[in-house]
Amino acid sequence: MRYTPHTPSDKAEMLREIGLSEVEQLFDHLPAALRDKAQIALPPGLSETAVKRRMAALAAKNGTAEDWSLFLGGGIYHHAIPSAVDAVISRSEFATSYTPYQPEVSQGTLQAMFEFQTLICQLTGMEVANAGLYDGASAAAEAVLMARRLQEGKHRVFVSRALHPQYRQVIATYVKNLVDVELVEVPFTGRGGIDPEFLARQVDERAMCVVLGYPNFFGVIEDLAPIRALCDRSGALLATVTTEPLSLALLKPPGESGADIAVGEGQSLGVPMALGGPGFGFFACQKRFVRSMPGRLAGQTVDSEERRGFVLTLATREQHIRREKATSNICTSQTLCVLASTVFMAMLGKSGMRRMAEVNARRAHRARERLVKEAGLAPVFSGPFFNEFVLKAKGLSRLQERFAAKKIVPGIPLAEFYPELQDCLLICVTEMNEEEEIEQLARTFGEG
Amino acid sequence: MQEHSAKAKAPATVPLMFESGSPGRTGFFWPEEAGPTGLPQELLRDEIPGFPELGELEVLRHFTRLSHLNFGIESQFYPLGSCTMKYNPKVNEAVARLPGFSLIHPLAPPALLQGAFELLFGLETALAEIAGMDAVTLQPAAGAQGELAGLMLVRAYLSEKGNPRRKIIVPDTAHGTNPASSTLCGYDVVQIRSNDQGMVAPSAVAKVMDESVAALMLTNPNTLGIFEKNINAIADVVHSKGGLVYLDGANMNALMGIAKPGHMGVDVLHINLHKTCSTPHGGGGPGAGPVGVKNLLRDYLPVPRIMKSGNGYELREDFSKAIGRVRSFFGNFGVLVRAYAYIISLGSDGLAETSRMALLNANYIRRKLESVFQIAYPERCMHECVFTDRLQQKRHVSTLDIAKRLLDYGFHPPTIYFPLVVSGALMIEPTETESRETLDAFIDAMTSIAREAEENPDLLKTAPHSTPVRRLDEARAARKPVLRWEPKRD
Repeated sequence: MRYTPHTPSDKAEMLREIGLSEVEQLFDHLPAALRDKAQIALPPGLSETAVKRRMAALAAKNGTAEDWSLFLGGGIYHHAIPSAVDAVISRSEFATSYTPYQPEVSQGTLQAMFEFQTLICQLTGMEVANAGLYDGASAAAEAVLMARRLQEGKHRVFVSRALHPQYRQVIATYVKNLVDVELVEVPFTGRGGIDPEFLARQVDERAMCVVLGYPNFFGVIEDLAPIRALCDRSGALLATVTTEPLSLALLKPPGESGADIAVGEGQSLGVPMALGGPGFGFFACQKRFVRSMPGRLAGQTVDSEERRGFVLTLATREQHIRREKATSNICTSQTLCVLASTVFMAMLGKSGMRRMAEVNARRAHRARERLVKEAGLAPVFSGPFFNEFVLKAKGLSRLQERFAAKKIVPGIPLAEFYPELQDCLLICVTEMNEEEEIEQLARTFGEG
Repeated sequence: MQEHSAKAKAPATVPLMFESGSPGRTGFFWPEEAGPTGLPQELLRDEIPGFPELGELEVLRHFTRLSHLNFGIESQFYPLGSCTMKYNPKVNEAVARLPGFSLIHPLAPPALLQGAFELLFGLETALAEIAGMDAVTLQPAAGAQGELAGLMLVRAYLSEKGNPRRKIIVPDTAHGTNPASSTLCGYDVVQIRSNDQGMVAPSAVAKVMDESVAALMLTNPNTLGIFEKNINAIADVVHSKGGLVYLDGANMNALMGIAKPGHMGVDVLHINLHKTCSTPHGGGGPGAGPVGVKNLLRDYLPVPRIMKSGNGYELREDFSKAIGRVRSFFGNFGVLVRAYAYIISLGSDGLAETSRMALLNANYIRRKLESVFQIAYPERCMHECVFTDRLQQKRHVSTLDIAKRLLDYGFHPPTIYFPLVVSGALMIEPTETESRETLDAFIDAMTSIAREAEENPDLLKTAPHSTPVRRLDEARAARKPVLRWEPKRD
């Protein structure tokens, strides 16, 4: 049988050692009523060749970024990934190992985690970062939960309506059963950013935290200064959520604008889109909050011969020690995706990250200008953006077929998430969208 | 034995990536593109201070050297109890990398995602069949998130009935995530003790079970590797007071084709695909923690749900009772692809054989080591077995010392000091993918370590001797946390 190396004589001898004669005797102490109905009604196994054929047939039914011009972002981004990334994460020493509970034989993973934490701190401008969470959405929820631990007596959480809609859903799911949390949705303005006047009216000493996208779901770069001032006045914590962290190679990082917590989705840094997962969540904050953080942390120490080494640390926050009093129930950190991202950031480095970010911004700005001037699409928001933006195209739903015929997905229709944004499209342009594709996008809109 | 203590030539530790390289170097080439970025200068940052500046080969050498400091399944036997460190098949990796799976966008029109939806639907169906449940959601990113989602289903269901209730019963053998997830779901935890057979007695549940209890969380086989043979009676106790039964499916690798949780009175469970379905652990994720339910909880499953429609599949969000969304998009799709490939590779017979051989390997180790180490409970084991350090304690050798000494023999240690009910627990889960020869080599190593504990306990207490680094000062790491590299200040 595939993957089980036991020959008939292995089985017979092992059973004899145990004192049995049949494999079925290994579980004859289970109730017969259970054993009798345990047969699995699935097809028989397949050869490796047949598995590959079946999987390839399924894969062929999907439209990929190789065959289609996708102008899709909205939390998941198509970027160039150096071949070195997959080479490293394919190494079985990284891919098949467990959470590094035995540090003497896990220094590879632990050092990579430590390096990752450093890279995230540098990128976000924050003081400490953990080794990763499930995804950006649950990282945003964990940010709220950490604020709750830090802000006893305060219960209002202000969540920007311009934060990724799925992230808002996940936050709502996570806090639904916590009686001391009240979510307040903050509207957006014509700029496409959080409404500072609404906040000025609403944020008072009851405010636990303000959560907003940076850049937000519309691609707009929020102006954090006035929000920071409001938080200072009320004692609320400021949490930023970044779904496109490549932007932070170019934009002022959240830490520089006074964010207390900076979280986000890391997929855009070296992880393929893969229908939106697995990627990883990143979670950074001010140092004084470190003992309230969720998730794994790698820390530096020395071994018995005073050599530098790394261990999982501050585990007293975690569920395997604290059980019901843990800061979170999370006990994985999407480590292999975190490693991919660590390799990605190391490969691009200081100048490469900047270059890639600039190419994104440049192509996106050029594309927007073209779509407005040449194709007659209407700008929707006035705020600055990084690599995605919202435009209005009249009769958008009628255009679908025309685009499909040319194998173009022009963007994410926003009406599904925002009824007030009928005919609006969130268009993302990365370094993977060539000039000719952009030209064709504009031309196809212009045909209407 | 003295030659064992001779210090092996430990490879030098690897410098941090921030300590190597040179200003201006990069492993990434992209032609210069002319023109402004379009962004106002005041929004931009300066260069990222301290960020790495390395060439491509330098990066690869760095990570290849780091990889040499790790144990992994393909280089070492890795019998971590409750973690199911089985072989991670290569074909799964190959198919997950097909562009048709790796280069698809979750917000693309459904017409472009039909193959993905078909796969997800097929996986939901297969998992439901394996576990004997009625419906499955694949959204949870890990077992712990599955637990949270599962408890939210319980809570939503009971709330609909008029009262979400206040408490969750968790046995003392449970994984730490069970109580942590309960708290996160707004419940208080009532811990009950397992009996002297290492099982939960129906009477112990009955004693605390009343109308304030929302659910019992049970792991079966439990973390002692023992099948909770009274599970149906326990479920009756819980159901009789209107509560629900949650099964922590971490140990599903013991049950495929042997017994279905759906027949055990279980209302909701999660399955760890990174354990039972062979997807790589990745050094701590990504995993996947699908949740299976009986029909009474179906309407509460997270959205979106994938439904058959005509010749294809569609996403539906119109379920008014749904608990909402627990993760963005569709969960850890890449992990789900691997799990699906595994299931269709093995098929019904292969899955059944998998659990059978997992039981055979665990029972074999148990039999061969029971004269050397004290077994924690005399009951028969399923896919893992738990020993203690009682015999070795006489020489002041602890489980930690035994674990560290195993590293010198080239084996990853078992899970240690868990479950908490066993003092000095050594929890061994060999999995089905190990050959008899590997098990014998491990048994020899453990036997030899037991002898060393008698003859030369210091050898164990100072172990490991041959690993890249020796015992690390964990107290120091926690006392003065250094969690990131920082440039030297003059």
